[in-house]
Amino acid sequence: MDFATLLQVLDSTVRLATPLLLACLAGLFSERSGVIDIGLEGKMLIAAFFSAAIAALTGSVWMGLLAGIVSSMLLSGLHGLASITFRGNQLISGVALNFLAAGLTVLIAQDWFSQGGRTPSLMSGGRWEAITLPFAESLRAVPVLGPIYAELISGHSILVYVAFLCVPATYWVLFRTRFGLRLRAVGEAPEAVDTAGVSVIGLRYAAIVICGLLCGLAGSYLATGLQAGFVKDMTAGRGYIALAALIFAKWRPWYALMACLLFGLLQAVALRYQNIDLGGITIPVQVMDALPYILTVVILAGFVGRAIPPRAGGQPYVKER
Amino acid sequence: MDRMPAWADAVLVPLFSLLLAALLSALVILAIGENPVEAFNLMVEGALMRSAGWGYTLYYATNFIFTGLAVSVAFHAKLFNIGGEGQATVGGLGVALICLYIPWPHWSLALVGAALGAAAFGALWALIPAYLQAKRGSHIVITTIMFNFIAAALLNYVLVNLLKPAGQMDPASPVFPPATHLPTFQDMFATEAVPLFRGAPGNVTFFVAILACLLVWLLIWRTRLGYEIRALGHSESAARYAGISPVKIVVVAMLISGGLAGLMAVNTAMGEAERLVMNATEGAGFIGIAVALMGRNHPIGVFLAAILFGFLYQGGAELALWTNIPRELIVVIQALVILFTGALDNMVRMPLERIFLAFRKERA
Repeated sequence: MDFATLLQVLDSTVRLATPLLLACLAGLFSERSGVIDIGLEGKMLIAAFFSAAIAALTGSVWMGLLAGIVSSMLLSGLHGLASITFRGNQLISGVALNFLAAGLTVLIAQDWFSQGGRTPSLMSGGRWEAITLPFAESLRAVPVLGPIYAELISGHSILVYVAFLCVPATYWVLFRTRFGLRLRAVGEAPEAVDTAGVSVIGLRYAAIVICGLLCGLAGSYLATGLQAGFVKDMTAGRGYIALAALIFAKWRPWYALMACLLFGLLQAVALRYQNIDLGGITIPVQVMDALPYILTVVILAGFVGRAIPPRAGGQPYVKER
Repeated sequence: MDRMPAWADAVLVPLFSLLLAALLSALVILAIGENPVEAFNLMVEGALMRSAGWGYTLYYATNFIFTGLAVSVAFHAKLFNIGGEGQATVGGLGVALICLYIPWPHWSLALVGAALGAAAFGALWALIPAYLQAKRGSHIVITTIMFNFIAAALLNYVLVNLLKPAGQMDPASPVFPPATHLPTFQDMFATEAVPLFRGAPGNVTFFVAILACLLVWLLIWRTRLGYEIRALGHSESAARYAGISPVKIVVVAMLISGGLAGLMAVNTAMGEAERLVMNATEGAGFIGIAVALMGRNHPIGVFLAAILFGFLYQGGAELALWTNIPRELIVVIQALVILFTGALDNMVRMPLERIFLAFRKERA
């Protein structure tokens, strides 16, 4: 594999890792506050649809983004209503949201556009444009570093940079602010937070709102950045891969970046090569498809570094009377 | 005495949840510019008014009975098995191997063999998540989700690289030998004079599903193992004090659950397609969640809920055929049912409880 090919694979790794990263950080906020969210997939999907649909109707990718975020937040709110306010089962609520999004998106797409559950292909203006970073072209001639800067770092859409900036931002919020401390505490020992006079319900809703926002960005990038329009079930399990990445990352922001880049790389390789020939042994493409999940199971099994979830995850908080 | 009577819990709560889901679905249909009453009539017409419609309804219901029972057995042990989809996928592999490589003399023997193979493969696919939950505390929901995807990749590999006959384009196994053909309802009930169930895929597996309902009922409420499963589901510490091994019960409950989910493949692969195709489960593993929740984890409830979802599936197909309402409407209804009966259970239950409480006070 020559240098140019390697750069191309890494470039598509960055693109494919972006939605995973945003969804993974979304899950991070939610689960750190003690609300397990397997509805990431559904939120991404509904955001993907609404951002593509509104971008197609208004011609503005920014309006699309807004619509995507709002729709994703509405689903988040529903999850909050079920799992925080009514103390329902968070897992079941997440499953329900995934189906709700899978059904509603196609239903509405068919009603609005009559194209078999897809949105029209987006023209320029309805899509995120690639941003060329300063000096990218003039530095291209510099050996090794030049192409890396011009190909790999420059030339992505704004949401890619936002996603990568979200990592330090998440770290800062969670580990350097009072809000973050409380958020983490509410996922470990909500009764302690309650005793300190801070609202458990309020914190968890705040986490869920952030989760909805980030899933909205992820969905918007999927439909208006990575691809030009919405197609049925276009998230294709990315929400679950993000969930896997979250476990892989042991609920930490920087590890999440690494995990998402790894899973993005696997997707990029599977996309580019069908079967990989490693000196006589052929690795079928299906192994690449399954690898994120297998790795997650191995990590969950605790044989290679144990992943310990937030302690209060999945349990609705009942104030003592 | 602040609870409502058992019958209200078993009947009223699911009924109200269903009504809410139906109401919202009607609003959705209205919102996309169709008439909900007409849509409902069309669904009833297509799914219940003709014998062929019933043939389809019961065919889908058979799938949902198996996956619903699978989810409910696990629920009794307080395990949430989201892996029905993967277990049914791998169960299909068992059916295909047994039908293709063993020369069966008669369909009845083939049915027994295929059922055993499907259950064994499905159970096997549940074994690793079960073991990891029991021994290592890995969350079974996450591991079974992961195993769904691994199963899909595995089936993809086996079909494309191993089972697909040379020269065939679509990734599917060869057609099963004719001796393994299961009698459909048409074979069983139609006569020259009265053509019934024409062309519908409903088949003898439906009766296997009913048998499975009975066996699950016996297992859960009439055997020692069932008692232990329920005891563990109610309180792990109490079960431990009673000398029940949580590790053993978790693994056994998940094996039974996976086996039941795997059995679904007998219906789809052997009964309908007569070969193994990609994505044969069509989400039935997930519908099992809705079915188990609606059926309150009781075989009778699961049976009724499965028939309801069979009706919705067949009716939804009819809708997609005759109107502009896509099949995904069923996915929305399914989501609403799961939401109301599973997650927003308290929203329905609390007002009902209050009403019953008010009644009691008046009488007292």
